[in-house]
Amino acid sequence: MSVPGATPVRRFRLRRPRVAAAWRQPLAVIGLSLAAAWILVAIFAPLLAPSDPLEQNAAPLLPPGGDYLFGTDELGRDVLSRVLYGARISIPLALLLVGLALLVGATLGAVAGYFGGFVDSIVMRSADLVFAFPAIILAMVVTAVLGPSIRNAVLALVIVSWPSYARVVRGLVLSIGQTEYVTATRLLGASARRALVRDVLPNVAGPVLVLATLDLGNAILLLSALSFLGLGAQPPQPEWGAGVAEGIQYFQFWWIGTFPGLAIFSVVLAFNFLGDSLRDVLDPQSSWRAGSEEE
Amino acid sequence: MSLVEVRELGVVYRRQGVDVHAVVGASLALERGRITGLVGESGCGKSSLARAIVGLVEPAAGEIVFDGKPLSPLRRGARPRHETRLQLVFQNPYSSLNPRRTVGSQIADGLRLRGEGERTDRRTRVGELLDQVGLSGGAAGRFPHQFSGGQRQRIAIARALAADPSVIVLDEPLSSLDASTQAQIANLLVGLTRDLELALLLISHDLAIVRHIADEVSVMYLGTIVEEGPTRELWSSPQHPYTEALIAAIPAADGSGTLPEALPGEVPDPASPPSGCRFHPRCPHAFARCPGEVPPLYALGPDRAAACFLRDPASTQTHEHEGVT
Repeated sequence: MSVPGATPVRRFRLRRPRVAAAWRQPLAVIGLSLAAAWILVAIFAPLLAPSDPLEQNAAPLLPPGGDYLFGTDELGRDVLSRVLYGARISIPLALLLVGLALLVGATLGAVAGYFGGFVDSIVMRSADLVFAFPAIILAMVVTAVLGPSIRNAVLALVIVSWPSYARVVRGLVLSIGQTEYVTATRLLGASARRALVRDVLPNVAGPVLVLATLDLGNAILLLSALSFLGLGAQPPQPEWGAGVAEGIQYFQFWWIGTFPGLAIFSVVLAFNFLGDSLRDVLDPQSSWRAGSEEE
Repeated sequence: MSLVEVRELGVVYRRQGVDVHAVVGASLALERGRITGLVGESGCGKSSLARAIVGLVEPAAGEIVFDGKPLSPLRRGARPRHETRLQLVFQNPYSSLNPRRTVGSQIADGLRLRGEGERTDRRTRVGELLDQVGLSGGAAGRFPHQFSGGQRQRIAIARALAADPSVIVLDEPLSSLDASTQAQIANLLVGLTRDLELALLLISHDLAIVRHIADEVSVMYLGTIVEEGPTRELWSSPQHPYTEALIAAIPAADGSGTLPEALPGEVPDPASPPSGCRFHPRCPHAFARCPGEVPPLYALGPDRAAACFLRDPASTQTHEHEGVT
């Protein structure tokens, strides 16, 4: 865009549409509120939950309604409390696992992109190795080998999810490293490492953040899937995937599996919406920003 | 002695296992306070030559001497400090500025990397540099997307000036700007060259601009320099058929409504250049000697030279009738 003879007044007018236009996106608002709501639930679960998620204090298999809004399960535990406490397992673990995958993947990717050659081949071939298998199958193999537990499930998912970060970061480091502005700083006397830190990595951060947000939903889904298969959270933990698995066993008592399933659904949806909107906000070419500048 | 001397430079790229000779035996000299134009069609090796001169491409042959010392190609480490006085300005001011850093911070890089001054001194200096290229000091706090193309090119020039350069190579600095902006930037370049005693290498396919501001011109064709000389002389009496054709191809605004005669054919693939004189398949004056031998640059007076057998002092008599008019 062109701002001939731009004045300081213009500076503020340019900043404002960024936020305002983001709010004009309904999906961004839904995603953000849902995600925020679930994070609050995770934090305040003990205050929100009507009873202890592990306590068998009611008659088993009560349908939803009355004292037990989501009903009770086969052991007489309150399904609502179990769903609320489930957020305390899935959300922090997903954050931890995405954080670890990002740390490992981004570091390896940056190293591969920066050094190239042999180092690059080693890193990227290992990434290809992981990519060759469907994520859930590989994660199942890893947890089966390490032993089924929630910790091993997280570890397995870090192993299957680091390559996407490595690939994205490596690609960006390579392509941004070729840009003229990096060449220009190099010509001003910056070493390659300095250019990497000051000019390349800040431009990598945006896309990687989007990827991580989108991956958060995926991580929750995979974590629940492993628990569903009995490879992740072990009873009596109120994990959502495990809850759905219980629901399968008592299929006629639909509320046991449906409510944890809906919880998974809404969290995954929230992070996907959030990631998509974040991409739009960070992408300079995105349509809403172009539109807002034409005003 | 010239500030920059390019001697018999060769640049070779490997493309699908084939060596592409982008630049073949090109020689150039840049002098303080002078603007040297380098013209030629797209794909003739102008940009390769520019990148090699600042050390971005390792030459396959020949050498570049900057300020008396041979230039080292850029590696992973920082450039030797004296070499940072050799700067490059890119064609596209939209891709040559980091979108996520303020203009001031990018200009200050040049000062910071030279270990110059305290933070406040640098801020003052950035203001001075912006002023020098005709922008207000307030520009320092803003981001590149808040500026127009012409303003960005000024910023890119200010960034190059931050390194306290003695030589600036400009690779098509005007071709992505609109006409009125081109003239402003061209005038800015002339002013800076005179004020700061810079040596400028202006690479362009826009002959009108080069004619307007360059002191000397070198004409490049398919990786070789075919003619060089002072701008006015070169324009009034081109000595190489290619130069002649290039100049003839500029549309004249004389109201006659005639279009200039186009040069036949296209620039051949540099991966398989024609034998002998590289211009001979398109040359209206080609004769038996042209496909067989490579013409050297024949000196034609103190600053003039042309690589054409028609100018061979040993055989001018025999081919006088074929001479370029």
